[in-house]
Amino acid sequence: MDEELKREIIIDNYQHPVHKGLVDDEAYIKENTNNESCIDNIDIMVKVENGVIEDIVFDGEACAISTSATSIMIKSLLNKKVEEAKKILLNYENMINEGDYDKKLLGELNVYDTIYKQPNRKMCALLPHNAIKKILEEIEKA
Amino acid sequence: MNREDFPILNNDIIYFDNGATTLKPKSVIEAMNKYYFEHTSNIHRGDYKQAIVTNELYDGTREVVKEFVNAQGAEVIFTKGTTESLNLVVFGYMKKHLKRGDEVLLSKAEHASNILPWIKLSEEIGINIKYAPLNKDYELTYESIEKAITPKTRVVSIAQVSNVVGDVRDIEKIGALCKKKNILLSVDGAQSVPHMPVDFTKDNMDFLAFSGHKMAGPTGVGCLVVKKALIDKMEPLIYGGGMNQDFASDGSYELKKGPSRFEGGTPPIAEVIGLREAINYLSAMGMDTIHKHELALKKYLVDELSKIENIKLYNTKSKSGILSFNINDVFAQDTSIYLNHYNICVRAGNHCAKVLKDELNIKNTVRISLYFYNTKEEIDKLIEVLRQSYNIFKVVI
Ligand SMILES: Cc1ncc(COP(=O)(O)O)c(C=O)c1O
Repeated sequence: MDEELKREIIIDNYQHPVHKGLVDDEAYIKENTNNESCIDNIDIMVKVENGVIEDIVFDGEACAISTSATSIMIKSLLNKKVEEAKKILLNYENMINEGDYDKKLLGELNVYDTIYKQPNRKMCALLPHNAIKKILEEIEKA
Repeated sequence: MNREDFPILNNDIIYFDNGATTLKPKSVIEAMNKYYFEHTSNIHRGDYKQAIVTNELYDGTREVVKEFVNAQGAEVIFTKGTTESLNLVVFGYMKKHLKRGDEVLLSKAEHASNILPWIKLSEEIGINIKYAPLNKDYELTYESIEKAITPKTRVVSIAQVSNVVGDVRDIEKIGALCKKKNILLSVDGAQSVPHMPVDFTKDNMDFLAFSGHKMAGPTGVGCLVVKKALIDKMEPLIYGGGMNQDFASDGSYELKKGPSRFEGGTPPIAEVIGLREAINYLSAMGMDTIHKHELALKKYLVDELSKIENIKLYNTKSKSGILSFNINDVFAQDTSIYLNHYNICVRAGNHCAKVLKDELNIKNTVRISLYFYNTKEEIDKLIEVLRQSYNIFKVVI
């Protein structure tokens, strides 16, 4: 993907993220993400029904990379089966960490395929991944 | 001023993060090297030449500190830094002398190290924490303190200069009020002692805490200055060698008197020697001169930043070298990452003052904190880069 296009997608998702705003509904499971190395702080809520991700919402204060990554991640995972979602998450994590991954699975998330060049921003890109992965694990355990 | 003394400045960096830690001049590093290269030895009880030199330097530093903050009638305890000093105030003194229902008065713009220990103490012994409100510029005024004091107030514990908006609190007046009302005054000097003349005696402080690394000195050392009448009423937090007079297997023990009672174990000797040199270095420049230089730079910074349209400044009036701002619609950390591309070092965050977010209504800011080696030219460069900030996402993404 062309760098300029990547940047446009990221900025657009940062300035107009989807599904921003938490909901008051017990069908959702909530997770707070914040890490010591940066000051981002995002709450993510996921609703799974019959093994399918029905909805994801988020809110918080965070940098351009983690906000946009959350927005794009939400779009990528909506209406996916939990199994599929886990595959996307794993491939995404591998991409960020310079491992092997399947480009075709990641769609718009491919805009972060060179983020490893800025090591201090890898955590930002992984922020939504970490929270959603944790929620899905929790759901599976229950 | 004095830029030639700072080898790190040859790397072409613009260092505006002095509130977090300051750069170190050659003389400080050399003083510590000298200890390591020429007279390494422990303190206390050494009968050989090097040990005598080390001991004199270590203990003599207490006098250097007293002179620096005008605390001749007080005692100086060496700690790891402001955080440990404030913990020593709270758990070494207050825990023993306060009781359930007693009030301590803080402000909402305090550093974590001047709030969390109090929260913990309140959990342990049931004291109540009150927060004096800030004014519309997020400053803590004398009047706010005066109003918030109740008959139950036993302690006022505040920073002399806040690390977020940099307001300088009127400690002299607050100290006089505390004295009149028989309230203890504990001052967090982390952002004041490095930057302006501080007077422990005139301001009637009971405790004063500060860190070496924020005043051109090394990490790992700081001070707690304590009024003489209070030090014998304090309990150490650390037990072991160097702080006891005698002990026996029947469980009897006697602790040392004075500051060494609070310095159990081998202390940071090289760092104390480095701190001594840092104080000598600052004194030679003159704290008044340093303060004036910072104020002039701050004024220039505020004037120039105000000309840029899309920037919000959080306190332009405070009389210190600290300024917090945000670029409109840009997250603070994106701004600091942007500035890093131009080798400009600033800090984004809540500056460890998490309760302030209730007041500022915004959690994160970019903070510029100046020191004597900063220049107008550096500010010009910052301004030039911020003027280009419509380009910010081209740079940071
Ligand atoms: C006002 C204030 N108090 C306390 C501290 C804590 O100092 P240290 O980390 O050296 O213990 C700081 C440092 O950021 C500070 O700015």
